[in-house]
Amino acid sequence: MSDAPVLSVRDLRVHYGTVRGTVRAVDRVSFDIGAAEVLGLVGESGCGKSTLGRGVLGLLPEGAASDGQVLYGGRNLVGLSPRQLSGLRGPELGLIFQEPMTRLNPLLRIEDHFKETLEQHEPQLTEREIRQRSLETLGRVGIPPTRFRQYPHEFSGGMRQRIMIALALVLRPKLLVADEPTTSLDVIVEAQILAILADLKRNFGTALLLITHNLGIIAEACDRVAVMYAGKIVEDGPARDVFADPAHPYTRELLRSTISLETTELHSIPGAPPNLIDPPAGCHFHPRCPDVMRVCSWKQPIDVAPGPDRRVQCWLHGPEAEIPPGEAAGLEREEIAVADEA
Amino acid sequence: MPTKPDAEPLVSVRNLKTYYSIRGSFGDRLVGREAGQVKAVDDVSFDLRKGEVLGLVGESGSGKTTLGRTLLGLVRATDGSVMFEGRDITKLSERELRAHRRRMQIVFQDPHASLNPAMTIGDAVGHPLRIHGLVQGRDQMRRRVAEALEIVGLSPAEQFLDKYPSDLSGGQKQRAVIARAVILNPVLLVADEPVSMLDMSVRAKILELMLNLKHEFDLSYLYITHDLATAKFFCDRIAILYLGRIVEIGPSAAIYEEPKHPYTQALLRAIPEPDPLRTVPRDLPRGEVPDAARPPRGCSFHPRCPRAFEICGWETRDLRDLLEAHWARTGAEEYEAERPLFGDLDSLSASNGVAVRVPARAGATGGDLLAILERVRADEPDEPFWKGVRAMHAGADALEIEWNEAREPRLVASGPVEVECHLYG
Amino acid sequence: MAIPVQPIESPFRRRARGLGRAVGPIREARGFPRLMLYIGAGITLLFVLLALLAPVISPYDFDQYQSGGHRFPQLASPSSGHWMGTTVQSTDVMSRVIWGAQTELKVVFISLVFAITVGVPLGLLSGYFGGKLDRGLVLVMDALYAFPYLLLAIVIAFLLSNSIGKGVLTAAIAISATYVPLYFRVVRNQVIALREESYVEAARALGAKPLTIIRKYVFHNVVQNVPPIATLNAADAILLLTALGFLGYGIQPTDAAEWGYDSSRAVSDAASGIWWTALFPGIAIVLLVTGLTLVGEGLNETMNPVLRRRRVQRVNFDQEPEPPIVEAVEGS
Repeated sequence: MSDAPVLSVRDLRVHYGTVRGTVRAVDRVSFDIGAAEVLGLVGESGCGKSTLGRGVLGLLPEGAASDGQVLYGGRNLVGLSPRQLSGLRGPELGLIFQEPMTRLNPLLRIEDHFKETLEQHEPQLTEREIRQRSLETLGRVGIPPTRFRQYPHEFSGGMRQRIMIALALVLRPKLLVADEPTTSLDVIVEAQILAILADLKRNFGTALLLITHNLGIIAEACDRVAVMYAGKIVEDGPARDVFADPAHPYTRELLRSTISLETTELHSIPGAPPNLIDPPAGCHFHPRCPDVMRVCSWKQPIDVAPGPDRRVQCWLHGPEAEIPPGEAAGLEREEIAVADEA
Repeated sequence: MPTKPDAEPLVSVRNLKTYYSIRGSFGDRLVGREAGQVKAVDDVSFDLRKGEVLGLVGESGSGKTTLGRTLLGLVRATDGSVMFEGRDITKLSERELRAHRRRMQIVFQDPHASLNPAMTIGDAVGHPLRIHGLVQGRDQMRRRVAEALEIVGLSPAEQFLDKYPSDLSGGQKQRAVIARAVILNPVLLVADEPVSMLDMSVRAKILELMLNLKHEFDLSYLYITHDLATAKFFCDRIAILYLGRIVEIGPSAAIYEEPKHPYTQALLRAIPEPDPLRTVPRDLPRGEVPDAARPPRGCSFHPRCPRAFEICGWETRDLRDLLEAHWARTGAEEYEAERPLFGDLDSLSASNGVAVRVPARAGATGGDLLAILERVRADEPDEPFWKGVRAMHAGADALEIEWNEAREPRLVASGPVEVECHLYG
Repeated sequence: MAIPVQPIESPFRRRARGLGRAVGPIREARGFPRLMLYIGAGITLLFVLLALLAPVISPYDFDQYQSGGHRFPQLASPSSGHWMGTTVQSTDVMSRVIWGAQTELKVVFISLVFAITVGVPLGLLSGYFGGKLDRGLVLVMDALYAFPYLLLAIVIAFLLSNSIGKGVLTAAIAISATYVPLYFRVVRNQVIALREESYVEAARALGAKPLTIIRKYVFHNVVQNVPPIATLNAADAILLLTALGFLGYGIQPTDAAEWGYDSSRAVSDAASGIWWTALFPGIAIVLLVTGLTLVGEGLNETMNPVLRRRRVQRVNFDQEPEPPIVEAVEGS
């Protein structure tokens, strides 16, 4: 595995303007994805993770603008024209959505979907080669060749998602972004799809950015995890380390709130996630944080490395030099009005 | 956690069936002919005792949602009975049912769709009171509604009375829906995936609320979900549903500690655990829930079951599945070579349970087909399919396959639970 | 537990607030839809004023052909006495245009009210209950819809004129009959879609009677579609009325002034080079129809959630403060 990351994001901002103000959906985010690595991006609804996933590929909603660096293959994707971007999407960067039917044309057979994609991006292939590549990729995701000529509506939700994955992978992209790919699927099918995604690096050598709200999925399928809150990445690192010893209080509380087979007691985080137009001053999480200090309420925390290969944005981890004297004392957390509860 | 059960169950379901007929092709519709049935609920029986929480767990196509609605009379049952407080719900007319609605209520899955966007929260939560004539005048209604809102945690209530659903968050909406459901003091609450559309940090709050309400008002719950993790926490007893039938039912603790049915075991294995030492499970049943309009023969789970054997109900469709899996595994070349020999595979989809005659095409003989199948068997000798085959005879132009006799599984007691699986009797 | 509750809002304030919410999207409208809405509203308002104030504004009565003993000139070109000239019957064109506005709007308003009061409830009942009622009504409505609507209006006007004469009421009923299927269809389709919504099922689960459900849960969400359709419908109805008048099946000329009738009389004038008898009624028709159409399209674009475009602000990145650049250090 080479050392150079496949994708390098630095200080990315994706904002869009609304009547009520600027929505800072992605607020200075930086991370790397290594070659053939699986990075899980986890966060609750409204944290900006979907916008980040699409922003990386240049797929911005109407009225949105981005700023910063998304380095891929030595180029900054943020500055590219839409035409150049769409040339990269497909052969280099793939995307799969939560709802598989969005990219499948109900009037085309599966065979035609593959033909269209391969003819457009790899025009040098013969018809026979196209067929072979398609069948092979489909086989890898468990779709039998007998169904190659069927229409999308003849497949169930889980199978359509497999077809979507195969369509994205047939071009052998270096990076695949999967935005909540299993959220609408049943639990056994979800596990099957996750097995396919987790094997991407072994079978195709593709890196994967897996966006989800489910911590269980992250734990089982991802090498590294990035935790997102209110438009910022508050913690990232190897999945094993982050789960065993979470550095950021939000990560810790989120883990405690997750209901699994091992849960003996219900736990939740008081309050509700902030809106992205007017988030709390200082650290966005401070009104809900059980370990809040005085400095947290007015000064934004800086990236710190609490361990090897890990990063966190939290004053609990310093750097001490940036905290004015006396501000490290604990802060009386205001009673969160019941009306502000989620 | 389970409260002391009464002698007489609160709800008694016996042999409940809810079938939907499917509209067929245009020609069928013209003539008025039915094309088939979907057996959404197929002969289900269980009891729900007072103060108990019974979980109905299943994936899509299991019939759990239809079952919940049939219980409440929102969907007409095709056959069977639902005894609730001494009366059979399935035999009541819509008008007679309305009187019973005070006693049984439902909380839906999607908080964003369960509230009328044109009504304020106060009006929406208070509407059941007006429908059943329990309040005089707006003043009294607002007071009762404010009480209910406070109970579910929407406090201070005045702030929420005149808001519209679009002003509330998902968790707040769900609380309002719960308030609307409990304001009539029902004895039974059907909760259809009440937290699956909420964020993780909010789920616990709503579940906690539901538990508190249960203790305070002595409610009984029917908790419908596909998430075994929340079900484990919330339910006293659990019924696992597959394609309209209960395949396992028993006390919650027993099911989680020692799941008997292979489907239950698979469901438990498949739940993602936030434990990084675990990896994605690999030993899951293949395939997906089959089409409810044409369920598999014998035990509905047999095509996916890793422990299926002779009597589980083998048929022609399983041969097709076997071939398809084989070709997906081996690649395009073998597929192109072997496929034409089998001719029209769609004829292999017919459900024939005794024997099937597979004609050989493209100049091949029955012996050629047999050779291919033997190769498949050699690749995966543990495939349960082979247990279902009694004998194979190669003829000059066809291959004959005899299936083992199939038997329908029935619910049998096995320790503290009941299981519908031949492995247990 | 006594919980202090705010004093009850008067029903007026509640309705006003509800209306405010409904009108909200209109206030938020920007750009082209807003322009359409305002221009259209302005034109329509102008005609409404003409119609309402006709007795005051109009210089003469609609069938007045003399004044103070003097008969008006026949087919006189526009002059200071008659700004839009006179017709062959010596009536003042401008007066007929102004009184005509009253006729048009009166008839169209009545017919719209008829069409809505018949079409919308039928659509609600048919869509909600389905079954034989639905099938029967759909058959009838589709048959009416398929009929060429001008022909249908003529037939009905003709039949009615035998019993109640050729007045405003006849024209209104004839026109409304052609539009009932439109409202029926739109409302029925909406109801069928809404019937499956969770909150409607919730209402059933609460024990609400079907009519209550229709009234409180379905109606409000369906009725939002009616205003845009009604205004576009009004535009169309004007054309239908004037067409009827043109063909002679509309309003009796002795009852009221009507632009279509005037236009048909003006046809023979054109050959002689007389342009004012045709032009002014014609312009009036075009203006009013355009005004109503603009309002209708504007409403559609602003209120229809599918077409509505949110106003978007430009994003400026430079306004944000730069975060301090600090090397990541080993935390304590």
